Amino acid sequence: MRAFAHLLDRLSLTASRNAKLTLVRDFLRNTPDPDRGWALAALCGELTFKAAKPAAIRATIEARMDATLFAWSYDYVGDLAETVALAWPGRPGANRPPDLSEVVDALAAAKRAEVPVLIEAWLDALDADGRWALLKLVTGGLRVGLSARLARQSLADLGGVSVSDIEELWHGMTPPYGDLFAWLEGRGERPAADRPGRFRPVMLAQAIDELTDFPKLNPADYAAEWKWDGIRVQAVSERGQRRLYTRTGDEISVAFPDVAAALEFEGVIDGELLVMRNGAVGSFGDLQQRLNRKTADAKLMASHPAGIRAYDLLLAGAIDVRHLPFRQRRARLEAFVAGISGERIDLSPLQPFADWDQLGALRISPPGGDASHAEGLMLKRWDSPYLAGRPKGPWFKWKRDPHLIDAVLMYAQRGHGKRSGVYSDFTFGVWRDEAAGVGRALTPVGKAYFGFTDEELKLLDAFVRENTIEKFGPVRSVRADGEVGLVLEVAFEGLQRSSRHKSGLAMRFPRISRIRWDKPARDADELATLERLLAQSAGGTVNR
Amino acid sequence: MIRPEALLHPRPAGLYCAPGDFYIDPVRPVDRAVITHGHADHARAGHGAVLATRETLAIMASRYGKNFAGNAEALRYGEVSRRDGVEVSLAPAGHVLGSAQVVVRWKGLTIVVSGDYKRRRDPTCQPFEPIACDVFVTEATFGLPVFRHPSDAGEIERLLKSVGQFPDRTHVVGVYSLGKAQRVIGLLREAGWDRAIPVHGALEGLNALYAEFGVELGNLARVDPNSRFGHAGEIVLAPPSAISTPWAKRFADPVDAFASGWMRVRARARQRGVELPLVISDHADWDELTGTLAELRPGEVWITHGREEALAHWCSLQGLSARALEVVGYDEEGE
Ligand SMILES: [Zn+2]
Ligand SMILES: [Zn+2]
Repeated sequence: MRAFAHLLDRLSLTASRNAKLTLVRDFLRNTPDPDRGWALAALCGELTFKAAKPAAIRATIEARMDATLFAWSYDYVGDLAETVALAWPGRPGANRPPDLSEVVDALAAAKRAEVPVLIEAWLDALDADGRWALLKLVTGGLRVGLSARLARQSLADLGGVSVSDIEELWHGMTPPYGDLFAWLEGRGERPAADRPGRFRPVMLAQAIDELTDFPKLNPADYAAEWKWDGIRVQAVSERGQRRLYTRTGDEISVAFPDVAAALEFEGVIDGELLVMRNGAVGSFGDLQQRLNRKTADAKLMASHPAGIRAYDLLLAGAIDVRHLPFRQRRARLEAFVAGISGERIDLSPLQPFADWDQLGALRISPPGGDASHAEGLMLKRWDSPYLAGRPKGPWFKWKRDPHLIDAVLMYAQRGHGKRSGVYSDFTFGVWRDEAAGVGRALTPVGKAYFGFTDEELKLLDAFVRENTIEKFGPVRSVRADGEVGLVLEVAFEGLQRSSRHKSGLAMRFPRISRIRWDKPARDADELATLERLLAQSAGGTVNR
Repeated sequence: MIRPEALLHPRPAGLYCAPGDFYIDPVRPVDRAVITHGHADHARAGHGAVLATRETLAIMASRYGKNFAGNAEALRYGEVSRRDGVEVSLAPAGHVLGSAQVVVRWKGLTIVVSGDYKRRRDPTCQPFEPIACDVFVTEATFGLPVFRHPSDAGEIERLLKSVGQFPDRTHVVGVYSLGKAQRVIGLLREAGWDRAIPVHGALEGLNALYAEFGVELGNLARVDPNSRFGHAGEIVLAPPSAISTPWAKRFADPVDAFASGWMRVRARARQRGVELPLVISDHADWDELTGTLAELRPGEVWITHGREEALAHWCSLQGLSARALEVVGYDEEGE
C-alpha cells in the first residue's frame, strides 16, 4: 500500500507524460504480485469496490475528533478524503499497514455493513499518504490523470514490447494480471491471445504534408475515401462474442447495444461509428449525444440510431486477412458488407481520381449529402498490409483546412497545474448587433486554451493583468471594446447550434492560431459571419 | 498576583513590556527590542537597542548591514539580563540557528514568548527547551489538525528516490534562505548525499554564516551561470521565488520541489506548480503545538500569529485559558 500511495501521490502532481511513464514503470518493476496488478487495475478504472459513502467516512472521523476542528480543517483543505487522511487521529497499537491486495480481498469478501469497520482499522494502520490513497480508492475518487493508454504503454516499456502487443492481449486479461507480468518479465509464455472477441491493434494514418509528400507520391498507388467525422471503431463478432472497441481498445458495446446487436457476421471490421438515419450520416454533434451517455436509453437510440461505415476488414470468418494488401482486403470487404443483413453497416465508398489536383478540388468542395460531414480525405496505398500503429507512408489523412475567424478576448481564467499562476484559458467573442440604434456588443462564442507558445502565453497573461476590468474568483474580465481589445485569430473544425451558449452556437476544437496584436478590435468578425457559415450547411451543423 | 498584562501587552508595534520598557520582535522601529530570531518579519532593522543571541545579531548584520541598530547586545542561552527590575533571559527555541524563547520574569510572574519554534531534532540548531511558566506565548502557523509533519528523514528519502528515478533531470528544491536551506543540506548529508550541492547565489551568505558558527554543510557549489540544461542528476537549492522562473530554465528538465510545511496540503503544491512537495518545516506542527501546551500546562496561553482560532478552541476543550493577541505584521505564509 505504501508504494501504491507514493505512486498516486507523485502521479497527482506530475504533468509530463514521460515522467508518468517512468513512475508507473518503476512501480510495476519494484512491486511484487499481486499488488502491482491490483494497482494497475485501479489506475485503469478496472477495479470496482463496494464503495464507501463519503458521509460514512465523515461520521467515522467525527466520532474520533472534535467536530469544530474537523469542520475548520475540511474548510481549509477542501477535499474530504485528504482532510480525513491528514487529520485522522490514530490510535496506538494499530496493526501493520495492509497490502493493497489485502484491501481488495477483504472488501470483496466483506458484507456491506462491515466495510466501515474495515476502513477504520486500515486508517489506524496507515500513514497520511496511505490513508489518502485508501480513501480515494474506496470512495471511487481515484483521478490522477492516468489514461488506460498510458498504463498500457508503461506495461510495454516494462517488458520491452510494443504497446500494440499489450492492446492485443489486454481484453483477455483480468486483474491482477499475473500471467501478463510473467510473460513481460520472461518468466512465462505469452498469454493466449486467441480469445474470441478480442481487440486487434488498429492502423493509423499520418497527416499529409502537401508540400513535401505529394511530389513523392504516385496517385495511381493510392485509393481515396472520405474521412468520416465520427469515431473510429473496431466491430468484432467472433464465435458468439460481439464487441465494439475504440481505436485504443476501450470497449464501448454497452453504450451502443443497437450497433452491437447488428453485428450479424463472423469477422472483424474497421470503420467509423456514426449516427445514421436511413443511410444518411449525421453530424459529429449527433454522435456526441450518444457518446455522452455511458449506457443508451431507448428514446435516444430511436432518435439517434448509430451504425458503422466500414472501410477495412481484419478477419473474414476465421481467416486473418491483415497481411493481405489493401486492394485485396477492399475487394473482400465489399463482398463481406454486401452479405450483412440490415441497414446498420454500410460501405465507405472509394472516390476515384486521376491526379492530386482533381482530388484536391474534391476535398475543398465536396458534393452535398454525406460528404458534407466529412473532415477531409483518407489516402491508402493499394499494396499496404494492415499494420498496427502509425507507419509512415501507407496511410495519409488529408484534412480540410480549419475555419478561421478573428475574435476578441473577453475573459481569461487561470489554468491548472503548471499553468495555475497564469491566465491561460481564454474566452473570446465576436460582434453582434444590439437592438436598433444601440450599436454593437461582443458575445462570447468559444473558449480556447492552446495553440500558443510559452512566450505568447506570457504576453497574453500580461495583457490580461494590465487590462482587467473585474475579477470573479479565478476569472478576469478583460477590457474589450472598439478602442482597446485583443484580437485572436481562432481556428476551429466545426460549428453547431447550442442552446447552452448565449450566442446560440458552439465551436468544435477551437484553438488560437495567431494573436493579432496589430488588428483593432472593432475590425474583428461579426456573429453574422458564423451564422452564414452555419446556414450553408443543412441540419444546423458545419463540419470540416 | 499581578495580572500578566501588567508585564506584557500587545501594542501596534508589537508585544510591549511596560515595566522593562522594551518590545519583543517589534514590527516597526522602537527604542529597545528583544529579538527571538533572525527571520525578517521578527527581526527588523532600525531599532535603538537590540538584545538577542550572538547568532541572531550576526544574521541581522548580514541581512541589514553592521549598523542595523543603534546598539546590539548579545545574550547567551540561560544568561540573565536585568532591565528596571525585569529579568530577561533566552532559551533555545529549536526554530533556526540562534532562535530563542524570551523568558520574562517580574515579581514572581514568568512569561515565555516562544517566537517561532519546533520540537523535532534539527542538525543546525539547539533543541527547544521547555520552561515552566505562568503565560506561554505561542505561534500557531500550523495550528490546524491537518498539519502533521512527517519525519524529515522520510521526506529526504523521497527526494533521493526521485533523483534515482529521474537521473536525467535536475531536482531544484525551493528553500527559505535562513534555516531551511541549511537544514535540508544537513539532512541530505545525514542521508549520505555527499556530492557538491549547487546553490543559488541568494543562499550563499547565510550558508557561510552557518559554517562560521560551526554548522557543517559539506561541499557547496555555485550554480553554473552559463549552463544550459545542465546539472542533470543533481540537487540544486534555490529560494522559493526562483522556482519555475527563467532562472530555473537553465536546468535539465527540472523537477520543481519545495521544502515547506505548507506542502502537506496537495492543493497548495498544485497551486505553486510543485511536482515534488517535501513536507519539511521549521515550525511546530499541530501535535507539537498541542503537545507543548499539554506538557507546560501554563496558566494562560497567548497566541501571536497563524491559525489562532483553532488552537484557542483546542485549549478551551482542554480547560486551558487562551486568547489571541492579534499582533499584526508577522508573516503567516512564509516558511
Ligand atoms: Zn521564523
Ligand atoms: Zn514567524
